[in-house]
Amino acid sequence: MRKTLLAASAALMLAAGPAMAQQKTIKIGFVSTFSGPTAVIGNDMRNSFELALDHLGRKMGGLPVEVIYEDDQQKPEVGKQKTEKLIESDKVDFVTGFIWSNVLLASLKPIVDSKTMFVIANAGASQVAGQLCSPYVFSTSWENDQTPAAIGLYMNQKGVKTAFLIGPNYAAGKDMLNGMRSTFQGKIVGEELTKWPDQLDFSAELSKVRAANPDAVYVFYPGAAGVQFLNQFSQAGLKGKIQLYTAFTIDSLSLPRMGDLALGVPGAQEWVNDLPNAANKKFVADFKAKHKAYPSFYGAQAYDAANLINSAVVAVKGDVSKKDDMRAEMRKVNYASVRGPYKYGNNQYPIQNFYLQEAVKDADGVLTLKTMATIVKDDQDKSAAKCQMK
Amino acid sequence: MLLFLEQCLNGLQLGLMLFLLAAGLTLIFGIMDLVNLAHGSFYMIGAYFAATFTALTGDFILGAALAIAATVLVGMALEVIAIRRLYGRDHLDHVLGTFGLILFFNELVRLVWGPAGMNVPLPAWLNTHFTILPGVEYPTYRIAIILVTLLVALFMYVLVMRTRIGMLIRAGASNREMVGALGVNINLLYTLVFGLGTGLAGLAGLMQAPILTVQIGMGENILILAFVVIIIGGIGSIRGAFIAAILVGLVDTIGRGFLPDILSLLLPSRSASAISPALSSMLIYLMMAIVLVLRPQGLFPVSNK
Repeated sequence: MRKTLLAASAALMLAAGPAMAQQKTIKIGFVSTFSGPTAVIGNDMRNSFELALDHLGRKMGGLPVEVIYEDDQQKPEVGKQKTEKLIESDKVDFVTGFIWSNVLLASLKPIVDSKTMFVIANAGASQVAGQLCSPYVFSTSWENDQTPAAIGLYMNQKGVKTAFLIGPNYAAGKDMLNGMRSTFQGKIVGEELTKWPDQLDFSAELSKVRAANPDAVYVFYPGAAGVQFLNQFSQAGLKGKIQLYTAFTIDSLSLPRMGDLALGVPGAQEWVNDLPNAANKKFVADFKAKHKAYPSFYGAQAYDAANLINSAVVAVKGDVSKKDDMRAEMRKVNYASVRGPYKYGNNQYPIQNFYLQEAVKDADGVLTLKTMATIVKDDQDKSAAKCQMK
Repeated sequence: MLLFLEQCLNGLQLGLMLFLLAAGLTLIFGIMDLVNLAHGSFYMIGAYFAATFTALTGDFILGAALAIAATVLVGMALEVIAIRRLYGRDHLDHVLGTFGLILFFNELVRLVWGPAGMNVPLPAWLNTHFTILPGVEYPTYRIAIILVTLLVALFMYVLVMRTRIGMLIRAGASNREMVGALGVNINLLYTLVFGLGTGLAGLAGLMQAPILTVQIGMGENILILAFVVIIIGGIGSIRGAFIAAILVGLVDTIGRGFLPDILSLLLPSRSASAISPALSSMLIYLMMAIVLVLRPQGLFPVSNK
């Protein structure tokens, strides 16, 4: 009798085990770059995501949260593998992260096919906002065209007549040049796409800039490549002669290494650390207290991703199988974004403001970014029109 | 025309930089018969040492000198501790062993210096530009790189062709066993050659540091180019490495600079601008393939090899 009872209870435990495990935690898979030269970006996103979880008491809808961080090594094929692992073997409820558009494009299919809820925290590949849009895919960042389109508008305001465009030759690089071209009304006198990510010497491109002698140079170089570009631009004697305009080149991660070279170089962004809303003040203050550095826009978007996911989990009281209810809640943007309030378009990409930012020194003499003006209000990306979803 | 001249200078500078890396690689490959994938790690370590020593001493030249000395020491220590175990083994073992060293050094650098990378600020007198011809201004620092590498090439020539050590190196490249049988301390010779090679790689890394900034894994991409150079130049040949390096530098830079213009004459401009970045990054590999077909032993093969 006792043996039977024991066996029966063991069987019961085995049966209940997996079911209980499934309900007990909210599992989030976070894919970003945690090794190699761009690991600084991934670490900043992770730090911000962790800070958001701390602010949420590490619980969503009363359930504890488990985050599985995976390193994509900035390689599309690795990112795809890691994403498949998160979905098939870890069976995560949400996937988030993604810095690079090419990694995102390679990893999208397994996520969409498995109908896993997906919040993109950076990569803005235009295809994902357009023809590849999907009901379970949200973004807390932007579509690639938007930021460079804003800087193009600003260049018009400054009366720039001729511009030379330089960027890396990959999915986002092409989007970032196209975006600038979509609003800039002057003449484009030259355009260079460089090998990515291994070309770091821009001497040939800078020589062509000098020969073309434009009013302005517009560049997109995320991560350390931006530091290298600014260095070489100055060494070539072009700083002070030709005005530089940037998208995603000067951020709080690259700024300490650029130093004074970044002064007087405008950029556009949907979030700046000094935006005066309560959620942002709390985020920036607590991040600085914990990490002794300013958070970057990458971090801000990851922080928002955590809060957007939380809003969905709270709305369904932790029952993450109710995907349609979660989706309906997320479309309402029912959380306090650090960029201030925004709306979602039909493609579930933000309709948001873009600000002009410039590097300044703060009260302690540390370089930081400051909001100079609002370039465009409530901007919706052009790819939304290609998205069939309502 | 002025632009062409400027692009030639850019290409020359890249080529001479590659020569520094390739010279060490080809010496180690040619004399010690060792495939050293970790060569790029010394390029990285030289750059990190330069960043640290420049920050400590406040002087770029002094920092650079200390960095070279430190890199040579690390290289010789590594030869004694690890590389020595690989001689006489299969090339596959060399590749596996030295690939492991790449991972080891990348992690070591991450532990010591952190993942964020570093900057090497240039002294003011180098951080200017220089008017070569009216209308052609060129960064002083890049001219300095060209001069320093030419001096190093000359030093290498004198060392290998005119000194006793050089004679032993050449003899070692031709017939290792015989040199050993004649009573030369081959172990010491190998340690010195390895130290020389790593010192050259470190010099290349630290000279690139102010241009490219210092980061983990910086040696891996450039190592591929260095291998292309020694394959084109002929393995073991310093002269071959010198000429092939300049050739690779010029073809790469001029390809990047002018291919879009040439292609846009032949194709619609949209497709020209789409194809040219891909094609220009392939040019040097095409060149290597052609050399391999026509002269499989390289342009300047070492005799007796």
